[in-house]
Amino acid sequence: MGPHPYRTFASEHRMKTVFSFAALLALALIPSHARAALGGRVETVEADRARMKGTVQVRPATAYSVHEIQAPNKVVVREFVSPAGVVFGVGWRGPFVPDMQQLLGTYFARYQAAVQAQKSSYVGRRPLNIQSPEFVVQMNGHMRAYFGRVYLPAQVPQGVKVEELW
Amino acid sequence: MVRHLLLSGGIVSVVTGALLLAACGGSSGGSGNNNSNPTSNVQAISVSGGPVAGQIYTNGAFTSVTICAPGTSTCQTVGGVLVDTGSIGLRVLASAIPGLNLPQLTGSGTELFNCVSFVDGSFLWGPVAQADVKIAGEVASGGSVQVIQDPTGFSIPTTCSNGNANIDNQVALGANGILGVGPEPVDCGFACDPASGITPPNVYFACSTTGNCQVAQVALAQQVVNPVVLFPTDNNGVIVQMQSLGANAATASGSLIFGIGTQSNNTVPSTATVFTMDDFDNFTTNFNQQSLNASFIDSGSNGFFFPDGSIPQCAGTSIAPGFFCPASVQNLSAQNVGANGKSSMVNFSVDNAINLFQSNPSDAAFPALGGPNGSGTCSAQNTGACSFDWGLPFFYGRMVFSSIDGQAQPTGLPAAPWWAY
Repeated sequence: MGPHPYRTFASEHRMKTVFSFAALLALALIPSHARAALGGRVETVEADRARMKGTVQVRPATAYSVHEIQAPNKVVVREFVSPAGVVFGVGWRGPFVPDMQQLLGTYFARYQAAVQAQKSSYVGRRPLNIQSPEFVVQMNGHMRAYFGRVYLPAQVPQGVKVEELW
Repeated sequence: MVRHLLLSGGIVSVVTGALLLAACGGSSGGSGNNNSNPTSNVQAISVSGGPVAGQIYTNGAFTSVTICAPGTSTCQTVGGVLVDTGSIGLRVLASAIPGLNLPQLTGSGTELFNCVSFVDGSFLWGPVAQADVKIAGEVASGGSVQVIQDPTGFSIPTTCSNGNANIDNQVALGANGILGVGPEPVDCGFACDPASGITPPNVYFACSTTGNCQVAQVALAQQVVNPVVLFPTDNNGVIVQMQSLGANAATASGSLIFGIGTQSNNTVPSTATVFTMDDFDNFTTNFNQQSLNASFIDSGSNGFFFPDGSIPQCAGTSIAPGFFCPASVQNLSAQNVGANGKSSMVNFSVDNAINLFQSNPSDAAFPALGGPNGSGTCSAQNTGACSFDWGLPFFYGRMVFSSIDGQAQPTGLPAAPWWAY
């Protein structure tokens, strides 16, 4: 992580403004129907890449391909695409949690309901682990180092071990 | 330091009544260095079940923190604050400091808010304010803290909530606040700083009073800060030490000690192993033929969480969802390996969580509590996603040193961040 210039920045940043806005115009211009990664067509990976302002690399793997998006903020998202061109899983890691609505697409509402139901069942902190026949969501890590994944069990190509999907 | 603060009269409005206001400034004989009397650097902590009546926070270490309006003697002591080596910065419920009118960070027509995402799918929201923070004899002056609070008059932006569970209240949080004393100086870091030149992540938001919120860049010096780095001395790390527990107990006591190698009570013993951390503040745990290369120690997790497909999980509808429920106690061992190659073995046990909770309904401290982390087992392909989360049970019977990135360490020890125990 390199040295943190925390102390020196304190003096360097005697600025006119305490903080400034980010230019988010580009985000606002992405139509909402472009949010469709999980369960969507491989073409939707591009919308995710654009939203993350990242670069994408495609790696073939046995029985599926991996579209890996690297964002400038060091978040890495991997989208797992079946031979039929369907995104059947998404994994992520990095210092921040990615935009779940963007990555989960039509599954976002179900994710939201499942997370809130699970969190209301206990007090404390632990890894997230949502297991349902329809979709699986897991997240772990700590502040500044998160990782997680979501996948659709019914759409995982035959012969693929779900342990690989991170 | 010029901070360009405006006192916000709107958000933290006046609340009077039977408040625990204390004139902190008068009680201590000065908080600076005193050559003849070293600063008191030991704060008592306790696994007590937490501050919510009728609710037990299992394996949560709590303490109290005194929060003051900057440069004043207007202070309030807040108990029931979770001690967390897995996060950075002090976060306190607005409802726990009703008498304090802390100055908030503002921009032109906007106020600055902070958003924290936890890995269990929960989040905290609230304005960034400045405070003097006093713990034991230590004082952190004028740093940024998060005041946990749902907004008044608008909705939390969806880029913060991200589909997750809002725990901006005492019952859901199970605490009055979180004291994040992890291995970094600030909660976001360079990615949020204007100098990074990138679109900031969903950590800071500038919001108008009508709720028009945009993600915002915030200079490192204004980010929510690990209060330890602002202490005049004892500012390079912490020690969390918990009593040894042979079995579950109603409570457990311990200490949060500030500084490493700065006083006679915080020296790293020669018998301890020092494990340096990687770029994500992780190390490797070798367990059950898995190389779990994103492992970490986290007093804010309330169990041992690791991937093991052979131990049954408790039913989601039981009183112990998310924990392991083996038929009999599992006595296990794992090897921790630092980025520097230093290693040691750890023995630990995992018992049936449903049995533990049913048999000991009023206990808060459980040394043999574990749960799944990921599913099945890790494989060679998923590097970076394999993790052993050494939660609070790891601290029972140990003195765990956690050094802070960028802070000078004693001679003979590696550059931070590292763990030692």
